[in-house]
Amino acid sequence: MIKATVYVTIKQSVLDPQGVAVQGALHSMGFEEVQSVRIGKYMELQLDTSDRNEAEARVKDMCEKLLANTVVEDYRFELEG
Amino acid sequence: MKFAVLVFPGSNCDIDCYKAVEDTIGEPVDYVWHTATDLSAYDCILVPGGFSYGDYLRCGAISRFAPVMAEVAKAAEEGKYILGICNGFQILTEAGLLPGTLRRNMSLKFRCHDTVLRVENNQNPFTTGYLPGQEIKIPIAHGEGNYYCDEATHAKLKENNQIIFRYVGNPNGSLDDIAGISNERGNVVGMMPHPERAVDSLLGSEDGKLMFTSILKAWRDRHESASVR
Repeated sequence: MIKATVYVTIKQSVLDPQGVAVQGALHSMGFEEVQSVRIGKYMELQLDTSDRNEAEARVKDMCEKLLANTVVEDYRFELEG
Repeated sequence: MKFAVLVFPGSNCDIDCYKAVEDTIGEPVDYVWHTATDLSAYDCILVPGGFSYGDYLRCGAISRFAPVMAEVAKAAEEGKYILGICNGFQILTEAGLLPGTLRRNMSLKFRCHDTVLRVENNQNPFTTGYLPGQEIKIPIAHGEGNYYCDEATHAKLKENNQIIFRYVGNPNGSLDDIAGISNERGNVVGMMPHPERAVDSLLGSEDGKLMFTSILKAWRDRHESASVR
């Protein structure tokens, strides 16, 4: 079993309105040091394989096809096990 | 002319679309389930609004892989008329049948009210009944209708006259006030506002009617000129 952890975030060049709202909330609470907030998605996938290279290629494919919309989102992932 | 209204789990404007066809132009119309694998009988495919698959992951991301979508791509290729409204627009962008994507509204609020649209391209099969630059009242109801595309795509949209409607007073932060676009060929249109909810003065506006009468006229022009009588 390999565990894949996938992170999907809005591209730096694209405004993240949720992040801006949360940043505003943090500022109003006194956390003025917060320069920016980006909100994204976190996904854990359990893969029924032990082949790391294969898992890497497959997860990349999953990200490109479904998990991220590459028009506005970036993704990265980590494999464990 | 035969219409299909696609139905995904979570579609909630399918009945409105069906009724709009029935009431405005009286042409045959069927509900078509998302598992269907044949759309060859239809001349126009309406992809309705709603929350297909609960909008999990991203709006339209999962529906885009429903079996019927392969047929929608085929129909688009064949030049058939396809109109995606609201969630339908999101599905068409996710499917790559229209460029760009819809992001969370800038205000983070779900917007549900009438909007004024300007008809930017009245040469599209769905808009020939409007005057160029005509302002029309069409309601919106969405949380993620903030249209976005990269600069190169935006330049192409403008160059090819693919921007069909713009908002007069942008309700969601859309790039260049874009409310609706078409593909390059013009047979696939996506828009966030709901023309099917503006087909009777009882609903507050009849301005959406012309989209349905336009498409019927476009279809008749194409078919009647092709047939020998």
